[in-house]
Amino acid sequence: MKVGRLLFSLLIIVEMTVAIASDIKLSPRSGYEFQSIDTQSMQEDDFENPGMLWVDMGELYYNEPAGKMDQSCADCHGEFPKSLATSFPKNNHHLEAVVNLTSQIQHCRTVHQKAEPIDYESETSLALTVYLASRARGEMVNQIDSSPVDQLKASIENGRVYFHQRKGQLNLSCRNCHDSSVGKMLRGDLISQGQSNGYPIYRLEWQSLGSLHRRFRSCDIGVKAQAQALGSSIYINLEAYLKERGGDLLIETPAVRR
Amino acid sequence: MKVRISIPPQADRGEFLEIKTLASHPMHSGFRRDAIGALVPRDIIEIFRCEYNEKIIFEAEFGPGTAANPFLSFYIRAEKTGEVKFTWIDQHGKKTEEIKFLDVVDKH
Repeated sequence: MKVGRLLFSLLIIVEMTVAIASDIKLSPRSGYEFQSIDTQSMQEDDFENPGMLWVDMGELYYNEPAGKMDQSCADCHGEFPKSLATSFPKNNHHLEAVVNLTSQIQHCRTVHQKAEPIDYESETSLALTVYLASRARGEMVNQIDSSPVDQLKASIENGRVYFHQRKGQLNLSCRNCHDSSVGKMLRGDLISQGQSNGYPIYRLEWQSLGSLHRRFRSCDIGVKAQAQALGSSIYINLEAYLKERGGDLLIETPAVRR
Repeated sequence: MKVRISIPPQADRGEFLEIKTLASHPMHSGFRRDAIGALVPRDIIEIFRCEYNEKIIFEAEFGPGTAANPFLSFYIRAEKTGEVKFTWIDQHGKKTEEIKFLDVVDKH
């Protein structure tokens, strides 16, 4: 009798520990679902969506010769394959590092076109990124396995650690909001899952297009943590993890968010 | 300044068409401050005008409270084949013009 009771209470303790330690598995929901109807319709209509201005600009930059080589992106890449943007972040053999789409563009710009480097959050950089990413609209976020797998796996793992790491004066991790508090209100805002399938986004608060890394910085600053540099490896790791976490969500670039 | 305009190239006579325009502009109100706390000077588009066969059919005045990248949607009635001219004028008097051609056909 005593032994049975002991076993029973032990079982409860074990179960509770497991429940606390394991990830809360949510089926991925796009940030779109957490927006007001007005914001949603703004995204759906290509003529109302201000992000399309940058898509247009990006197409011009893509076909415009630049740098000492006087070559455009299109001279090498031709028509950019529709779903290729979904393969980022991936390993770059020359840099021996995991890069995202924007840092790959920056690399091409300086190394292959021999042009002036472009800032991560500059108009040129955002326009090119959003143009290439928007070509994958409607494609699944996590569809291409990029090689070599090991480096990317390490990057995703580091991103997962950053996502779960409590940080800042508010001592919050990404998952405290975007896993555990999804659907609750944070002041006037509905907390989303923090999915990355619509980036770069047109954010109404910014009154401009902005990158995923700019959004990361806003969150880090929001919990009063040390914000990382745009394009830093920590943020690229987090981007890689979010892509894996996004699973079968569809690309919405350029999305409109509040 | 980059603009986007949505207007069908062809319409039936008497048909009502929805026109949508989007202009890329920061629309600085003059009250905002930048990262180091300095006031960003006012910089806005003041007037938008749409002319159809040289007749003004729609005009809008913007103030400093208008959001960045102003979007407008309005209707015109297709009457005669001709040019539809869109003009944005900013506070410095700089004009951005864009002309679209509208072909009006009789319904059979």
